[in-house]
Amino acid sequence: MSPSLLVLVGVLFAVGTYLLMERSLTRVALGVGVLANGVNVLIVVAGSTPGEAPIVGREGTLADPLPQALVLTAIVIGFALLSFVLALAWRNWTITNNDEVEDDLEDRMVARRADRTEKRGDERHREDVQQ
Amino acid sequence: MNGLLSLPVLGPLIAAAVMLVARRLGAQRVLSFLALGISLLASATTFVRIWDDGVIRVVRMSGWPGSFAITLVADRLSSAMVLIATIVVTVVLAYAIGQRAPDERSSFYHPVYMVMAAGISQAFLAGDLFNLFVAFEILLMASYVLLTLEGTDEQVRAGITYVVLNILESMILLMAIGLVFAATGTVSMAELPERLAALPDGVRMGLHLLLLVAFGIKAAVFPLFFWLPDSYPTAPSSVSAVFAGLLTKVGVYCLIRTQTLLFPGELREVVVAIGAATMLIGVLGAISHRDMKRILSFHIVSQIGYMVFGLGIGGAAAIAATIFYLIHHIPVKTSLFLVEGIVARDSGSSSGDVVSGLARRSPMLGILFLIPALSLAGLPPFSGFLAKFAVVRAGVVDAQWVGVTVALAVSLLTLVSMVKIWVGAFWGQVEPVERASTIGVLRHQRTMGISTSVIVALSLAIALAAGPLYEYAMSAATQLLDIAGYVGAVRSS
Repeated sequence: MSPSLLVLVGVLFAVGTYLLMERSLTRVALGVGVLANGVNVLIVVAGSTPGEAPIVGREGTLADPLPQALVLTAIVIGFALLSFVLALAWRNWTITNNDEVEDDLEDRMVARRADRTEKRGDERHREDVQQ
Repeated sequence: MNGLLSLPVLGPLIAAAVMLVARRLGAQRVLSFLALGISLLASATTFVRIWDDGVIRVVRMSGWPGSFAITLVADRLSSAMVLIATIVVTVVLAYAIGQRAPDERSSFYHPVYMVMAAGISQAFLAGDLFNLFVAFEILLMASYVLLTLEGTDEQVRAGITYVVLNILESMILLMAIGLVFAATGTVSMAELPERLAALPDGVRMGLHLLLLVAFGIKAAVFPLFFWLPDSYPTAPSSVSAVFAGLLTKVGVYCLIRTQTLLFPGELREVVVAIGAATMLIGVLGAISHRDMKRILSFHIVSQIGYMVFGLGIGGAAAIAATIFYLIHHIPVKTSLFLVEGIVARDSGSSSGDVVSGLARRSPMLGILFLIPALSLAGLPPFSGFLAKFAVVRAGVVDAQWVGVTVALAVSLLTLVSMVKIWVGAFWGQVEPVERASTIGVLRHQRTMGISTSVIVALSLAIALAAGPLYEYAMSAATQLLDIAGYVGAVRSS
């Protein structure tokens, strides 16, 4: 297991997580790509012993082909996910003309109702104190 | 003969591939029903056979040996889940066609719907963790497309939350699977129990928690549920009915597998606490909203709590209660969303503020809503009462007093919010007034009405057949707890 690859996994995770939390969709899409690659590298680093390419007839220590097969599948899935996020971002841009994730209307209404109730409670409290 | 097992996965997938070429709507509809009919026959046959003898069926795709093959495994639990999922998917497709929503007219709707059906079946049948991950991706990818097919701004907004959250879940799941492989050298569910048990406690707990988080996001348990009530309401009703009925249940199913097969009886207290919190938070969210679809979405969260609570208690009786709850909840939740779809199509909205007097215009629609609503709240004699009773009894036996109290209180609050929908939308004068002359909501929505009735009838049948079904759930739970039996069956096949 090579330490430099381990550090790379850590960096990719950190960068990917940070980008995912951004409000701008382009960055979210980049975050998805980076995070997916981080996970792929993690599987290769943690799951397989380094060695010769596992082809019939080769001598010496062979690498375990199973994690590599898993990662191949995961790369394809990650690619599909990334392209779907990009398509969504494009659609969002054509509709709203900006690149940001919008707030939910219903959520805002509930939040405003909670605010109002709280304010009313404060006022009542103030009146009580004055009396 | 075991090849039958792969039909619920392969049938819809092949149909989807053909449909990409055959783009005429009529042809696509016929193909969809053909594929689902085949899956229905295959899953019903498998279910009846396993009900008969209880032998676990195993299929290795294309004859690869041992752990290299894609393995499909059907035991009592998964065969029942595949059957009920296929029934629901088929009936909802009929409903979607009757709904005449714009998205069903798209030439991508039917292929994507088939892909989702295949993914759901595969997730229930998966015999190794990586195969399970692929099944998840298949059904999630299809659900992304179905959720955003119309491409309206509301759908895109909610779709982004849904997609990003589920991608995060996929990444955590993939990471967990990668680390499980690194620690044990296998992803086959038949080999994992033994090898996981040999790991040091710390490593085992870490892997367990990662899997719990990944499946917990999918099942929408507290505190990972917030994406669900945000995104489900924006999809067309037929789509959110399938999502509500089946997708979260796939997450619960995986949690059951994790808690019984991979890490039997570990972290029970955590799971019980999560279950109780999920029940309570979900129902409080439901009470604070006014739109019917929102309320129903929050109830999904709350109901998932009951299943997770039962699962956390552990032991054959509690797990049987969870399985019974799982089976009963699928038709109940689906039919509520289907009724909501009829209301929304008729009135353009399903908010209790806008719609009123539906029971006067169509008593039948009122009954179709009332039966699953009362069942959801857990009133006798409906199936929800029996399911809740079983979970609460398991809780009392295990002396989980906090959880039991929460379960009972939440059931009351569920009734309160169901009554809120009833009073708002069904009771009272017909509004807007000009609609009073057009009698009958269902008259022009026959297909939708009939498909909804079929699902409601299914939930009534579950209540009527509760005795044998509960026995079945009990034997399924016993089979789940017999890890050696599972391992032996897969190895010797």
